[in-house]
Amino acid sequence: MLWRMALVGAILAAGGVMSVAALEPYTVVGDAIPRPLGGLAGNATRGAALVRDRERGNCLICHQGVEAAEPFQGTIGPPLAGVGTRLDAGQIRLRLVDSARLNPQTVMPPYFRTENLHDVAQQYRGKPALSAQEIEDVVSYLASLKTF
Amino acid sequence: MSGRQRLTQGAFALVLAALAAVPALAEIKSGTEFLSPEMRRQQADETRNPAFFWVEQGRELFSRKPTPDGQACVSCHADPQQSLRGAATHYPQVDAATAKLLNLEGRIEQCRVERQRQPAFGYESPELLAMTAYLGSLSRGLPVDVKTNGAARPYYEAGKAFFERRQGQLNLSCQQCHDGLVGQKLRGDTVSHGAGTGYPAYRLEWNDVGSLHRRLRACSLGVRATQFDYGSPEYLALELYLAGRAKGLPVETPGMRR
Repeated sequence: MLWRMALVGAILAAGGVMSVAALEPYTVVGDAIPRPLGGLAGNATRGAALVRDRERGNCLICHQGVEAAEPFQGTIGPPLAGVGTRLDAGQIRLRLVDSARLNPQTVMPPYFRTENLHDVAQQYRGKPALSAQEIEDVVSYLASLKTF
Repeated sequence: MSGRQRLTQGAFALVLAALAAVPALAEIKSGTEFLSPEMRRQQADETRNPAFFWVEQGRELFSRKPTPDGQACVSCHADPQQSLRGAATHYPQVDAATAKLLNLEGRIEQCRVERQRQPAFGYESPELLAMTAYLGSLSRGLPVDVKTNGAARPYYEAGKAFFERRQGQLNLSCQQCHDGLVGQKLRGDTVSHGAGTGYPAYRLEWNDVGSLHRRLRACSLGVRATQFDYGSPEYLALELYLAGRAKGLPVETPGMRR
């Protein structure tokens, strides 16, 4: 028990350092981030789960997804059906990472940004809403949505 | 064009100008407008709105001596149905003695500590919720009538700035949703104007009565922003700004919300 508490203490003490770890760098070309974050490969199945998950992606709070049976979907953002025909993977990636680069007034949250945010709750401070791997998973899933 | 036609056109232009000069404010709707008809009926029915249990408890507390030789609220505020009718419509307000912004909760606590010489109930305690719900209910149906100028101006401006500032990991301002996206669906919920006119309210999500500040804390959590303390200067200023937006809307305390 004691050693476990000591371990937690050590992790907490290191937390300040760990939480400011730099995000994977990326390059914006036009309205897209053409290359995968950190060179990671996305997994569309995991991405589909993240889109629905109310704690992680929670995309359906604002968007209508592709499953009509899913109750209570949002009406704020564009529907996700067919998004893979409108945007390519790189364009989807930039819209997830930091949509404000395209539209400063957007209500789409920045899912991979830790700078220029205000009053972020302690537990989220210095962390992106989604990790590089999670962004790539969601990109893979959304890019695969080719039908309406 | 006849003189009368010109006159009509002129009057029409004036009406248009008047409409343009009063932007969103004239259109602010109560949270009740976003409830189902069944919930609206339940809210209006004192025998079916659970928050009236809190009102009842508040009424009882108001008449009860805190200690055998102490003074009950009612010994100063006799006939509260008359003497305190409309009082809640003027909160939050700047306290003349301290120049601080007080909401209804703050005023009740001030009376309890300074006049009754009792320990404060504490924000979100069942007693303070009951007292606030009771005193709010005495203004049911009367229009919100807060001061936003004079001594209140800096607080109002601070609340407005808070409302308009992007916050949290999700980087959203109150304004983006509660002005720009009113009526849209956030999952099962409908985005409202964020009028606080029903609080303290019985919220289905809580299965309980809670204060407006509890509701504001839920919003802060939603955008992953700092949750300020109950009664904090940030939420007090925001409460005044929201009340300023809701001026003229009827007090609905105790309301029911989803």
